[in-house]
Amino acid sequence: MASDDPHEDSAHEMPKYDYSATRRDFMLKLGIGINAIAGALVGIPIIGFFVSSIVKANQPTWVSLGSIDQFPENTTRMAVFLNPYRTQADGTTANVPCWVKRENGENFTVFAINCAHLGCPVRWFEQSKLFLCPCHGGAYYEDGSRAAGPPPRGLFVYEHKIEKSELNIKAGLLPTLANPA
Amino acid sequence: MMSTLRNVALWLERRLHLTKLWEQTAGHPVPASSGSWFYTFGSMTLTCFAIQIVTGIFLAMAYVPSAAESYHSLELLNYSIPLGWVLRGIHFWGSTCMVIVMMLHMTQVFLWGAYKYPRELTWMTGCVLLVVTLGLAFSGQVMRFDSDAYWGVGIGASVAGRIPVIGEALVQILLGGPIIATNALSRFFSLHVFILPGALLAFLGVHLRLVLGKGINEPPKPGVLVKRETYEKHYGEIIKREGVPFVPAAINKDIVASGVLILVIVGLALFVGPNGPGTPANPTIEIADAKPDTPFLWLFALAALLPNGSEPYLFFVFPTVASLLLFLLPFITNEGEKHWRRRPVAVAIVVLSYLGIGLLTYEAITGPWSPHMDAWSGLPIKAEYVKERTPLELQGAVVFQEMQCRNCHAIAGEGGHRGPDLTRVATRMTNPQLVRQVIQGGGNMPAYGRNLSPEQVRALVAYLCSLHPANVPPAREAVGVLKPIGESQPTPSPTPVPVAVKGEK
Repeated sequence: MASDDPHEDSAHEMPKYDYSATRRDFMLKLGIGINAIAGALVGIPIIGFFVSSIVKANQPTWVSLGSIDQFPENTTRMAVFLNPYRTQADGTTANVPCWVKRENGENFTVFAINCAHLGCPVRWFEQSKLFLCPCHGGAYYEDGSRAAGPPPRGLFVYEHKIEKSELNIKAGLLPTLANPA
Repeated sequence: MMSTLRNVALWLERRLHLTKLWEQTAGHPVPASSGSWFYTFGSMTLTCFAIQIVTGIFLAMAYVPSAAESYHSLELLNYSIPLGWVLRGIHFWGSTCMVIVMMLHMTQVFLWGAYKYPRELTWMTGCVLLVVTLGLAFSGQVMRFDSDAYWGVGIGASVAGRIPVIGEALVQILLGGPIIATNALSRFFSLHVFILPGALLAFLGVHLRLVLGKGINEPPKPGVLVKRETYEKHYGEIIKREGVPFVPAAINKDIVASGVLILVIVGLALFVGPNGPGTPANPTIEIADAKPDTPFLWLFALAALLPNGSEPYLFFVFPTVASLLLFLLPFITNEGEKHWRRRPVAVAIVVLSYLGIGLLTYEAITGPWSPHMDAWSGLPIKAEYVKERTPLELQGAVVFQEMQCRNCHAIAGEGGHRGPDLTRVATRMTNPQLVRQVIQGGGNMPAYGRNLSPEQVRALVAYLCSLHPANVPPAREAVGVLKPIGESQPTPSPTPVPVAVKGEK
């Protein structure tokens, strides 16, 4: 069958030819040069776009959790705030929860919900005064310090301030060990 | 008519050279003895991949990769769009089966010594394909973007955040922003639909090119050693002796196995159905039980079972060393015996890996390290463990339940398994020992000294001391006389601390 085709065997035989220092050679080098520049012009915006989340990183910013009156003294309650860097497509993920502990007066501590081990959501148990994590069983005391389990530290704490009887926290970043709130 | 058809075929042949292409691909010679059931796992993996591509393309017609819409689009697929649930089911079970048959393929190649000279690169590209496939499985779970997926991404970010120096930047690149939101989903979507399938196709091309170029491994015989100098000649002789074209002479079992596999996948999709989506990805619903999909459960279990501080080794050192070892395996044992009967270490590695991964997966499914978050409010203590108790002991049972002790401690097997089952605790610990344990904690138990009044401790420990079978006496102090606190102290101590000191004597 293959012998039916007269071109098959000779298709790749070419005459020997010296391409160096010819117009062909110049055009080839010019082509490589132009495309190197073009490649950079396409590549730089792509890489810039991909790493823009760190180059123009959003810093934590002050977010209000509302009036301090909604947190009775000697309680720990969940508060939910809207992520300051939310977009329309975020849906429910723009709601960020945190645990607000009010000891007395203006004495507050605001904990991130994320366990210091692997970021799972810790849950407050009022009766035993413990935060328990559902993933690997991390446990924290009322003051956020590590009680048991694999977490390497206590709960992440948001910086907070009270202005005009409103509780504000510095938030907007996912708290991890690299960036503890 | 026939001659017209023949002419059309010839016309095409002269332009496309299909005969030559066929001889070099589907019709390439393989040893007749390789037409075995053990050689079908590779084509089964390819079959799964084909199913994933086809179902994936059609799922992408309905799926919306946005945090606000993805959940709704999956519900539409499940309940509104005709047969959407079947496609989701096939895609999910196809993914699970792909990981499984790929592991079997790898095991077979390892045990048959097929990675040795001259097929090193075939093995190495296979390793890349494994990593890419696992990447597809993980990013596919994120596509579900339910509560599991949301917290799964959180776990991924926390792992990245543990890397020194570049951790913070890596978290932001992974999430495409400062927090888990729609950008994170979009990044995983690109990964799942463009980057990883593209990478898989590219490496699959190289993998298959190598299979064709270097020939399929002959079924090894004990005592026949691989030598770099003679192997190619040896393989040439095998092909000369028993070579058959892969299609149609050796593909029969591959076709049967792949067909059965598709039937299994579709059967699972029809009768078990698609996976989720579970609870919506709403971080304010903190009642989440974030567990990864099956292929990653064993790693999840290791994260819980290894001692504190081992995370850097688990997440960085272990994967790096393991993948390097796997990748460079053909250079560690490049020649010599191929048959598993003469390679006890290889057999041991396979048996131990399967046992290890299997047991860890089982552990992860039962999750004994996680507190049973609802046990305190949802699981009453069975009557036989409260009947004929004194009022003090009954009060202790109430404390036990109300203080969430059940979340970590089971009674009669019911409750959390984070701490020991306390059904017979009185046979192991005395009253003072129990007081100390409750107040000071330790051994991975929080200290309750600050949260329990002395009366509550006394009642709780009295109840715990009643937890022993009728025919087994409670534990006693080995030395000295220590009276149980409940009986010897008419008035409670002002603070729990002196009680603890007393209990420690």
